[in-house]
Amino acid sequence: MPEEVMSLGNPAGQFNEERLIQRIRGGEHDLFYELIRPYERRAYSAAFAILRNEADAEDAAQAAMLKALKHIRQFRAEARFSTWLIQITVNEARMRKRKEHAHMIEPIVEHQDEEGNYTPRDFADWREIPLETLERKEVRQMLAEALASLGEKYREVFVLRDMQYLSIEETAKALRISTASVKTRLLRARLMLRDLLAPGLGGNWSSKLSFAKGTKPW
Amino acid sequence: MVVNCEQVWREISNYLEGDIEPGLRTAMEEHIRGCKHCNAVLDGTRNVVQLYGDERMFEVPLGFSQRLQRRLDENMHRDRRGFLGWMVAAAATVLVAGSFEVARSSVSSHPELRSEHAQPGAGVPPDMLVLVASDGKTFHAPGCPFIHDKAHVETIAAREALRAGYAPCVRCMKQYLNAG
Repeated sequence: MPEEVMSLGNPAGQFNEERLIQRIRGGEHDLFYELIRPYERRAYSAAFAILRNEADAEDAAQAAMLKALKHIRQFRAEARFSTWLIQITVNEARMRKRKEHAHMIEPIVEHQDEEGNYTPRDFADWREIPLETLERKEVRQMLAEALASLGEKYREVFVLRDMQYLSIEETAKALRISTASVKTRLLRARLMLRDLLAPGLGGNWSSKLSFAKGTKPW
Repeated sequence: MVVNCEQVWREISNYLEGDIEPGLRTAMEEHIRGCKHCNAVLDGTRNVVQLYGDERMFEVPLGFSQRLQRRLDENMHRDRRGFLGWMVAAAATVLVAGSFEVARSSVSSHPELRSEHAQPGAGVPPDMLVLVASDGKTFHAPGCPFIHDKAHVETIAAREALRAGYAPCVRCMKQYLNAG
């Protein structure tokens, strides 16, 4: 396997990524999987954040990657490839959601007044959480459930900014909203997640989330 | 400048982003120091960002990569038709298998990272001064809001931090990490 496709986590890797894209554009389509391999999990998680169903998210992520290959000539080098791929994935997932899940009822939090101030509902002390706790499946499950309970517009912004590391501007572009809306929704999403998680994770990792007992904090 | 709790909550997200005026930042920090509630909100919000930002949150279904490769292969096969398409699929399989071998060998030639999910820090300038906590896993630029255990940090060169197995903070070192 060519050395230049190995590590993309440094400037040399970035340069190699550009060369890889050039070769794929030149017809070496078999190199495409090497290009997307570092980002396949992120593409899936972006699709999952929108569709909230494993099979749908996988299918959408795969379709998005096929579209990326088909339209690789449209990729502009001034953008990051990962950002471009995530944007295509978000578009694909949103389109599918509109078509296939239009009947689904969004959580009530979706309809809250976005511009209004959000008051934290809980002041549980939540000091440092060792990242090792993420090794525990039930903790990851708690976090996933809390995220899934957010309204779509908050969930999308949070996932793109805080999980995919898109910038505020890139997030706004991907979702076709203003940067001010991104900031407002991001604030809401972070505070709501804190409200959901702090009571359960603040002192006792094995305790249940409050909403798991049917009492949402809003 | 003096701020109240509501103003702190309104700006707490921008505070974590480093996207506020220095005067407001100072006023918020002064308020948070004396306010138990706002302190709890800041700690919790920071924990949310840190936990969800961890790569371990990106779980994919079992067999995801294999199914993706198969679909890509099928797509290329359909496009090219015939013998040439088959050759491409076979080449892709060999490349993928080879990539795992090369990746394994490249990992063994680097110091072991304190966090197996960390991104490599080869792009960080080696002489840059960074902060590390003795029981932490990541190194940070001065002023990064994601430094835990601020009481026990020390300043060392990025080269030393990398050698000791620390990984770059994906937030404050983002400009040096191009994988994301």
